[in-house]
Amino acid sequence: MQQLVENYFNLAILSRSFPELLRGFGVTVQVAIATIVLGVGLGLVLAVTRAFAIKTVNALIVVYVDLFRTLPQLVVIICVYFALPYAGITLSPFAATVLALGAVLSAFATEAFWAGILAIPRGQWDAAHSLGLRFLPIIFKVILPQAIRLAIPLLTNRAIAITKGTALGTAVSLPEVLGAAQSATAIAANPSPLTLAAAFYLLFFIPLVIASRRLEARYLVAR
Amino acid sequence: MEGLSLFLENFANWESLVRVYPLLLQGLQLTIVLSVVTMPLAILTGLAIALMYSFHVRWLNVLLVIYIDLFRSFPVLVLLILVFYGLPFLGLTLPSFAAAVLAITLNNSGYYGEIFRAGIESVPAGQREAAKSLGLRPGHTVFLVVLPQAVRKVLAPLASNSLELVKTTSIASLVGLPELLRSARVALEQTYNPTPLMAAALIYFILLWPFAHLVARLERRMLAQASAT
Repeated sequence: MQQLVENYFNLAILSRSFPELLRGFGVTVQVAIATIVLGVGLGLVLAVTRAFAIKTVNALIVVYVDLFRTLPQLVVIICVYFALPYAGITLSPFAATVLALGAVLSAFATEAFWAGILAIPRGQWDAAHSLGLRFLPIIFKVILPQAIRLAIPLLTNRAIAITKGTALGTAVSLPEVLGAAQSATAIAANPSPLTLAAAFYLLFFIPLVIASRRLEARYLVAR
Repeated sequence: MEGLSLFLENFANWESLVRVYPLLLQGLQLTIVLSVVTMPLAILTGLAIALMYSFHVRWLNVLLVIYIDLFRSFPVLVLLILVFYGLPFLGLTLPSFAAAVLAITLNNSGYYGEIFRAGIESVPAGQREAAKSLGLRPGHTVFLVVLPQAVRKVLAPLASNSLELVKTTSIASLVGLPELLRSARVALEQTYNPTPLMAAALIYFILLWPFAHLVARLERRMLAQASAT
């Protein structure tokens, strides 16, 4: 028992590594927020663009969505960080992680918003049309408000799952909380910093997981 | 034109591809083995959790929900690092393959548990009562009446989560397991050329695209049903 406490909850080491891990946690939160803004925003734009039914544009969107929906997040991060420099584009770990995770989230968001748009019955379009609304007002005032509501349950889980990918930033030496904990563990020869990192992640994600459970329950009841 | 040939030489370099091809193939094998070992473990654990939950024993359900939410809250990489670098301090050193199996199973059993739980809860109580009044035993009720309906309801998230599980195996590269991504990075260091990385991405895409397509179709069908009722 004492060995357990000594190893995993060593107060001296915990307090010594705390400031660095807190900084790392700050980076984690920043990456998470930037990823969600980029991913959901781009996803909404792409889904609406798709509604205009321009053939070549839609083909490109479908390829983009399929690509980033299918590739593992870590593969995308590694490719952005280690392969793009060969094309003359060098990104910071922060930019590479946000860009890669944002691309993945945007693919799922496009798919979710688009599925929401498709799920609106044809009659809604016809009714709005017969009321004399033009294409843009139909999309933005009639279809999107309903489609977004349908897409939310699909999207929240996905957004949370992809936000957890911020930990993958360690692979490209992003100084987020897991990476900071790993180096602190190596220096102290004691895994207490890892415990602390795990605690930081729980602090961040447990509220989100519980909130998404509530949201889903409400959604199921509403059905 | 020169730019294009330079681009191809860098990103689709045939010579380096031929050189690293065997390495990538070995990596692919390991990715598949890791997925095939982990997925049944995670599904069975998740199913067991959901079945235990369906008895509605209060204290047990509190524990089960804590298990589910705890392991859904950890990024799976954090779990893997804890298992791989943290457990040896307790004298328990796992090889990278076993560590990956354990971390991914813990994480995904939480997801599967929640999915099965939601499915089972969505089956109306009348179904169980009807089965009971027909004289079915509890085991038969669960496996012949409740589960088939539950699984049909949550087919989309089940498929989606299984796809995510296979994608997640790529994190094993970060603890040195030479699966597909790790092999590609080793090859990158050998050839100073990003072609192996592109090839690995292409292999992932070809392997997983049919499943991604299936998941999207199931999700769309689920949404259509949701908006129709």
